[in-house]
Amino acid sequence: MATVKFDNATRIYPGNDTPSVDALNIDIADGEFLVLVGPSGCGKSTSLRMLAGLEEVNGGKIWIGDRDVTDLSPKDRDVAMVFQNYALYPHMTVADNMGFALKIAGVDKGEIRKRVEEAAKILDLTQYLERKPKALSGGQRQRVAMGRAIVRSPQVFLMDEPLSNLDAKLRVQTRTQIASLQRRLGVTTVYVTHDQVEAMTMGDRIALLKDGILQQCATPREMYDRPNNLFVAGFIGSPAMNLVSVPVTADGVKFGSHQLEIPRSDLAGAGSHVIVGVRPEDVEVTSNADGLALTIDVVEELGADAYVYGTPADPAIQLEGGGDDALAKPFIARVDGRRVPRKGETVHVYPKSAHLHVFNKESGHRIG
Amino acid sequence: MAGLSITAAHPDPALLDLPWRLPLEEWPEEILAALPRGISRHVVRFVRLSGRVVAIKEIKDDIARREYELLRNLGRLDLPSVAPYAVISGRETRSGEPLDACLITHHLQFSLPYRALYSQNLRRGTAIRLIDALAVLLVRLHLAGFWWGDVSLSNTLFRRDAGAFSAYLVDAETGELRERLSPGQRDHDLDIARVNIAGELMDLEAGGLLQEDRDPVVVSERILIRYHELWDALTGGELIEEGERWRVDERIRALNELGFDVGELAMSTDIDGTRIHIQPKVVDAGHHSRRLLRLTGLDVRENQARRLLNDLDAYTAAVGRQGDDEELVAHDWLARIYEPVTRRVPKELTQKLEPAEIFHEVLEHRWYLAERARHDIPIFDALEDYLSTVLPSRPDEATVVGVDTTHMPVLAPPSAG
Repeated sequence: MATVKFDNATRIYPGNDTPSVDALNIDIADGEFLVLVGPSGCGKSTSLRMLAGLEEVNGGKIWIGDRDVTDLSPKDRDVAMVFQNYALYPHMTVADNMGFALKIAGVDKGEIRKRVEEAAKILDLTQYLERKPKALSGGQRQRVAMGRAIVRSPQVFLMDEPLSNLDAKLRVQTRTQIASLQRRLGVTTVYVTHDQVEAMTMGDRIALLKDGILQQCATPREMYDRPNNLFVAGFIGSPAMNLVSVPVTADGVKFGSHQLEIPRSDLAGAGSHVIVGVRPEDVEVTSNADGLALTIDVVEELGADAYVYGTPADPAIQLEGGGDDALAKPFIARVDGRRVPRKGETVHVYPKSAHLHVFNKESGHRIG
Repeated sequence: MAGLSITAAHPDPALLDLPWRLPLEEWPEEILAALPRGISRHVVRFVRLSGRVVAIKEIKDDIARREYELLRNLGRLDLPSVAPYAVISGRETRSGEPLDACLITHHLQFSLPYRALYSQNLRRGTAIRLIDALAVLLVRLHLAGFWWGDVSLSNTLFRRDAGAFSAYLVDAETGELRERLSPGQRDHDLDIARVNIAGELMDLEAGGLLQEDRDPVVVSERILIRYHELWDALTGGELIEEGERWRVDERIRALNELGFDVGELAMSTDIDGTRIHIQPKVVDAGHHSRRLLRLTGLDVRENQARRLLNDLDAYTAAVGRQGDDEELVAHDWLARIYEPVTRRVPKELTQKLEPAEIFHEVLEHRWYLAERARHDIPIFDALEDYLSTVLPSRPDEATVVGVDTTHMPVLAPPSAG
């Protein structure tokens, strides 16, 4: 087990002007489960591969424990890429399927048996060790594959989108299995995914990347409650945070007709407008003419509560963070299932002040 | 079928007759070219389509498209791999449930999965020959910048090549095509290859199919040795003293001997010009097969070509025409030896082996007969004996198919991030 440190690690592909990973700094604690997440092309897989020794490091350093591994070959790093291309061999027992790679590494028989038995105990496979894979269920076969990585007892596990090939149900199941297994083993793990739900549910901490640059590295709770910037605010959470451009006033900002109080000092230098962010569950919906007027387009009943999707009645009000199709992005509010407004109705909304996010419109940085 | 979409360069209308609304696992036996066996990572089925056999793999749409494109690019780069045929997406069951897409590839004629080879009575050293073929394939892929990610005997198909084998990539799902590969990336592929080969051989051993008593761990090490030998020979630089310029020519000949042509050789001298540094920059596989193609129009594999060229040389000497134009002699050899021999094979035996491999076996057989008789045997006598005593007992190898990938249903393709 070991800590991992990305120390200004940079990767520039030949022929590119901009780095694919730009001066990445992350300190990963011993035994931590860190998830690298971000949209396609953000540099998350490249970062993982730099750690694995599969991608050259053009600047900065990478440390595993107190060893500088920047220039070490993949074999010498004591890391294991998990779930990539694991085969199960039909004529071999479960024990042999789990332990055979150790034989290649020259580990002696007794030691192999010991490690296989330990792994089997953790994976709940002890009673199947002498059986053939054919006799196992799908889920048990997956655990055998995990066993193959576990018996190597590496210092760090690396996983690159291990679930992307699975159907939705198996994905949720395996997600939980991996997370709980990692906690039982306590082996430092770096996990890559493009899926923010996977990141939120699995990671001790999440590192969110965009265009090769680290946007924020924090616990799921912190990412959710205090996003550093507009990108993080829009990426983490489903449905996404509502982001509205609003004018700055003497005592704060004006959210439609609703005055939100924000310390003057926080808003110094922010310009005439800021972006206010509010998560769907933090929206106050009122029938008084207080706040932003919203015409309800869609109502999604979930039972205990409901999501309502609306468009600002004032067409001048723009919602931010809608990607390519910003105009089509609705304002989303979660409401009590017993008091759901009807489709077509106009309501007023404003953020509950305890859960308010404010961002600089120019820089995108969080204010306050 | 409102949503069904077919991506293919030359789609066959017969494709539409296949039961796309059924999950691949439930396709009726009568349309399958072989019965499925083994535990498979994905569902794969072999189906007859307009007189040919195609392999159909059910996978997610984006992965199917990615693999289709990759296989097309490998084909463009003239690398040995299966040829992609089509992607079928937008599939739905009759009740409207969405189904995964299907990637269709052409079956590679006369190719053999390694497990099928092991179910035959094998010559000793088959494992070694398979690994050697895989090493050549891996070096060629790496030279072209292809990072495989899942190198194994199961993801490779083998074709007989004058007693040896040539290897073809079957599964490109985890692959990536790059400008060039770093040593770490190549090592990673090699490491995976080593572990997979050892596992595959141990599995054969556990199943009682491995007739050799050599330790799979030791045998698997050969992939590393062969790969490095070949890689170094093809890419290594060397220093040549002034006055030893013949060594440049020698290096090129050595590469030809390995079956490679040199497309570009970098040469530089040191400051005082006393030493020359040479390094091959571009090498192309297929030195002998290209030469044979130019001389005779025959398109065969590298070792077969080497064998045929040797026989052509022997013919040239035997008829005393060393001074004649090479192409004219080759034409006569083709008309008087190669074609009469290969045409003599009865139609019912043509599914056994390809013509060039039969020709190679006839030459081998002639050698055995001559050794036993202690005098030369004319090739047509050897042929008659071969056709009556050897070939009929050989299995048909034209369309050997098997679903034998024994992978877990958990796999991570490299992501774009």
